[in-house]
Amino acid sequence: MKENWTEVINPKRSIFDINFKEIWKYRDLIMLFVRRDFVSVYKQTVLGPLWLFIQPLFTTLTFFFVFNKIAKIPTDNIDPILFYLSGITLWNYFSDCFSKTSNTFVANAGIFGKVYFPRLATPISIVISNLIKLGIQIMLFVAIMLYQIMFNNVQININSHIFILPFLILLMAVMGLGLGIIFSALTTKYRDLSFLLTFGIQLLMYATPIIYPLSFTSGKLHSLISMNPLTPIMESFRYAFFGIGSFDWSGLAVTSIFSFSVLFLGIIIFNQVEKSFMDTV
Amino acid sequence: MEVIKVENLYKQYRLGQISTGSIAHDLNRWWHTVRGKEDPYEKVTGLNNRESSGSNNYVWALQDINFSVNQGEVLGIIGRNGAGKSTLLKILSKVTSPTKGSIKVNGRIASLLEVGTGFHPELTGRENIFLNGAILGMSKSEIRSKFDEIVAFSGVEKYIDTPVKRYSSGMYVRLAFAVAAHLEPEILIVDEVLAVGDAEFQKKCLGKMKDVSEQGRTVLFVSHNLVAVKSLCKQGILMERGSISFIGSAEETVEHYMKANAEQLNTFVSYDTRSNAPGNECIKINKIEVNPSNPFITDEIKIHFSFWNLTDDPSIFLAFDLIDLHEEVVFGSGFSFETGLDNLCHGTCIIPSDLMNDGVYSLQLYFNSSDMRLLLNIPSKIFFEVADKERNYAYFGKINGVVRPKLKWNVG
Repeated sequence: MKENWTEVINPKRSIFDINFKEIWKYRDLIMLFVRRDFVSVYKQTVLGPLWLFIQPLFTTLTFFFVFNKIAKIPTDNIDPILFYLSGITLWNYFSDCFSKTSNTFVANAGIFGKVYFPRLATPISIVISNLIKLGIQIMLFVAIMLYQIMFNNVQININSHIFILPFLILLMAVMGLGLGIIFSALTTKYRDLSFLLTFGIQLLMYATPIIYPLSFTSGKLHSLISMNPLTPIMESFRYAFFGIGSFDWSGLAVTSIFSFSVLFLGIIIFNQVEKSFMDTV
Repeated sequence: MEVIKVENLYKQYRLGQISTGSIAHDLNRWWHTVRGKEDPYEKVTGLNNRESSGSNNYVWALQDINFSVNQGEVLGIIGRNGAGKSTLLKILSKVTSPTKGSIKVNGRIASLLEVGTGFHPELTGRENIFLNGAILGMSKSEIRSKFDEIVAFSGVEKYIDTPVKRYSSGMYVRLAFAVAAHLEPEILIVDEVLAVGDAEFQKKCLGKMKDVSEQGRTVLFVSHNLVAVKSLCKQGILMERGSISFIGSAEETVEHYMKANAEQLNTFVSYDTRSNAPGNECIKINKIEVNPSNPFITDEIKIHFSFWNLTDDPSIFLAFDLIDLHEEVVFGSGFSFETGLDNLCHGTCIIPSDLMNDGVYSLQLYFNSSDMRLLLNIPSKIFFEVADKERNYAYFGKINGVVRPKLKWNVG
């Protein structure tokens, strides 16, 4: 008899046996997850999606008073409001991608335990729904920037490097997703990691030039912070808008290599864990 | 044509808390595999047996499972709780992976165990139909083309744009089932759906099962409900402690299951001498027997008692409570016994047919003197099961109530 099975269920799959075709087949599901995340978050709130604006604005104001007015950390001659808002907007995207994908398995154990679909659909949908959020917040950033130019005489210097913006965002998405799924695979067994992650991300923010410019640091600290793969992204973003700071192709190249390697490694680990995580979660 | 082929399937589980020591086990396991050796924890894995606790923390939830299913077959899988049925289904639906062995599948598998999976309470019925459908593997266009049908089947048109958290639980289940029912899989898994939901819902599920099998598609039906298995399935598999103990027609499989169960039961106790018999200085139990040993609800059940009366009282009043598995007293009955030869008292109680509900029962015994002083109160070691019969109407669930008498109805 001819053996033509549509599917064979085996104990283990080889490391590189990643079914991208299947993920593509489930693209409708990914988009529905994105929709679900977006629609369900603001249901039964009075302000609804306005929270997308309120949160970065208030954080910016807090940073402005704490770090600029009290701690007197300079912002490289960039308008402090725009400086912080740009940092927070970008950082939020990275940290949301990272932290929200990092509990994929634990948070979805109920649904994963009952039905099969490619598990990567969940973290991918998180990255996409955060991308929409980022888009809205960048519009906010532009609006505030226009306001500052018109009413507060703030000088900015948007230059051709602005065209690299989509690539910067892609790098952050890739890095956040990669790190997130690595952690999600490990937290199924060792929950300790989720505690580590919460303050780890916080610490990472202070190791990234969000509330201070890279030029503010010097010596050993400077080279340490330069090594942070997120640093070139932040610096390039500000350079593109304000023409101040550093723009370093080689730094971006290193970040790109790092990001894609992390994602590659993440997909491999995730792919191995997703088959049997139900037994350990 | 074979649509499912399960070969040498094993599934290992780790018992107890997974925390301390798991890093050490993982490292040890990894060290053995890099050197090309066998998994050190595979050898020490115990049998799937809940009654006896093994000396180690690993257990085979499934052991050497082999079977195949042909297209259009309705296969019933039965077994006690913990026999491995659910584990098998989880592997079949790719929720978890086997430890060893393989399953080959031809066609899309869908399972009615996923009814309502992924429903988000904040989303409307319409949004949830799309989300749930996509989770179950349908594409957006597929759902769109069946949308009206799904809504009509569910009967919640009026509330389709209301968040499902406002739905009654019945509406919720109906909508969820409507989505699952329009999945059109080649292989359908039905797991204990009969246990939940009302009679109407059961009817729909079973109707859907019949439709699916009549269209030449395959159904795997997992249930405790022997009546439903016998009535709906052609083939059967009996699972016991993680392995298959019988494969055959549904009828034979159910018989095997009942026989295996009956071995766990105890319908006969007998003691030859007074010294080893249970009791006290007044009463010693000689013999208790339930006849027939595995009765149906339609059978008359005779319980024979025999005991030694060691008191001077010429008559003893014996009463018993009939207790079900929920420790609930179904009813009590008693009668006066005259002491015969060798201080022995004999008597039989007859429980009429069509009175008891199906289930497992035990007896609590009370021995009283003729002036109704309690002499001995003792649980008997008797456990007997009253089994249900096939039915020819659509409801296969357990009929409610501690008893199930056959009553006279006048209609018209």
